[in-house]
Amino acid sequence: MPRYYTEEHEWIDVDGDVATVGITDFAQGQLGDIVFVEVPDTGAELTAGGDAAVVESVKAASDVFAPVDGTVTEGNGQLEDDPALVNSDPEGGGWFFRMTLSDKGQLDGLMDAKGYKAFCDAL
Amino acid sequence: MREDEEIPIETATLPLDAWHRAKGGRMVEFAGYWMPIQYEGIMAEHLWTRESAGLFDVSHMGQLVLTGDNVAEALETLVPGDISALKPGRMRYSLLLDEDGGILDDLMVTNSGHSFYLVVNGAVKWDDIAHLRDNLSDEITLNHMDDHGLLALQGPKAVDVLTRMGLTPLQPGWPAVSELVFMQASPYDWNGVPVSVSRSGYTGEDGFEISLPGEALTAFADALCAMEEVKPIGLGARDSLRLEAGLPLYGHDMTPEIDPAEADLGFAISKRRRAEENFPGAARILGHLEDGPPRKRVGLTVDGKLPVREGAKLFDGEDEIGVVTSGGFAPSVGAPIAMGYVPRDHAVPGTAVAAEVRGKLVHCTVTAMPFIPHRYVRKQGA
Repeated sequence: MPRYYTEEHEWIDVDGDVATVGITDFAQGQLGDIVFVEVPDTGAELTAGGDAAVVESVKAASDVFAPVDGTVTEGNGQLEDDPALVNSDPEGGGWFFRMTLSDKGQLDGLMDAKGYKAFCDAL
Repeated sequence: MREDEEIPIETATLPLDAWHRAKGGRMVEFAGYWMPIQYEGIMAEHLWTRESAGLFDVSHMGQLVLTGDNVAEALETLVPGDISALKPGRMRYSLLLDEDGGILDDLMVTNSGHSFYLVVNGAVKWDDIAHLRDNLSDEITLNHMDDHGLLALQGPKAVDVLTRMGLTPLQPGWPAVSELVFMQASPYDWNGVPVSVSRSGYTGEDGFEISLPGEALTAFADALCAMEEVKPIGLGARDSLRLEAGLPLYGHDMTPEIDPAEADLGFAISKRRRAEENFPGAARILGHLEDGPPRKRVGLTVDGKLPVREGAKLFDGEDEIGVVTSGGFAPSVGAPIAMGYVPRDHAVPGTAVAAEVRGKLVHCTVTAMPFIPHRYVRKQGA
């Protein structure tokens, strides 16, 4: 299952026509202690680069963007009770939402793990 | 003129800059300086301060010394506190007011015997200096101690830790650091370094603020952090600690548009000054204290987990009635809290209001502050 990354520090796992989206370990480290996550409603239409979710640390609220176009199929309900899961397991249990892919071609514009690591190292 | 002679306004570094970075501090620009927002994390640092001792570098704050004949009376023309009655070694929280009674800054004023020592906010210190210089006569000397740093050691174990530092009172008979009470200050010697210590702070905890020459800061901070009770704490936890303590932050909960009665800081208007009615904006402020201000700063508890932050509008039904001026997740409360301004008739604890966050209304309840009880040491042997 290939994993892609955005320059806004989201990751996206693609499995057929469905993708799972979260924020990277680098992103959670920058945000610090996460105290609230607002995931999109099922059925929400997302546009690549548009607002998809909000993550609130002790310090501030930050937007999470949709990496590609598509429709939300599920938000991670566990984050409501345990937002700190994004800190402890950002690229696993701390996923934000699942979505369909309207245009798989959009994945070509994203980074792979190696490319993302180089991107972070250069920050 | 060569191009490289143009000097841009750059973010300045403080004496502990390298020390913060070596401790893993994440540096951000604040009040014109690089400051640590956090080290291991705001939540852990906040809770550590409440249970042990946290060391804060607040060297960005302005440390000013006023000297001259009748300096107390001169300062009283700009602040509403009873400065003349302040005994040597005692300090008072006060407010720099404009002629309409709007708050230009909040500050600590200490009578250091032969002079008055002020600590003002870093973000407005240059404005404060200009305001003081413009309004005080030339007989009053203003010295900006920009060669000094300021540390705050806060938390229930601060007194034990500072006692172990071996500070010697400058004169026999002057109090040891453990003998100071809240809002008392005294000078000490630390291995040949002159150090001024006050039992004060802005976290709601017992603790101290320590002023010392910039070149001694690193050694002093290292000696403190060598003790297992002490960890360095960043600006992030400083903000969440003062919010839980119900303490207003200048530029957010206090501005030139707000007077002390509205900010619920009536305690800073001393009795004698009320009677004399001779401080800036006295007519407006005394009227607001007498009749109640049109709006008032209140604490808000927040239903649910969604943080309500600065700028969130407050509603009573359909009516927009006020605004949140500080807010966020409160680590010791375990929930979001906020403070803000509401009309006088909504300022009663228990009043229900709603805060708008990203188009949603969050239920809040007006509450008495502090959110976490203060633990100041006001009497010795109590």
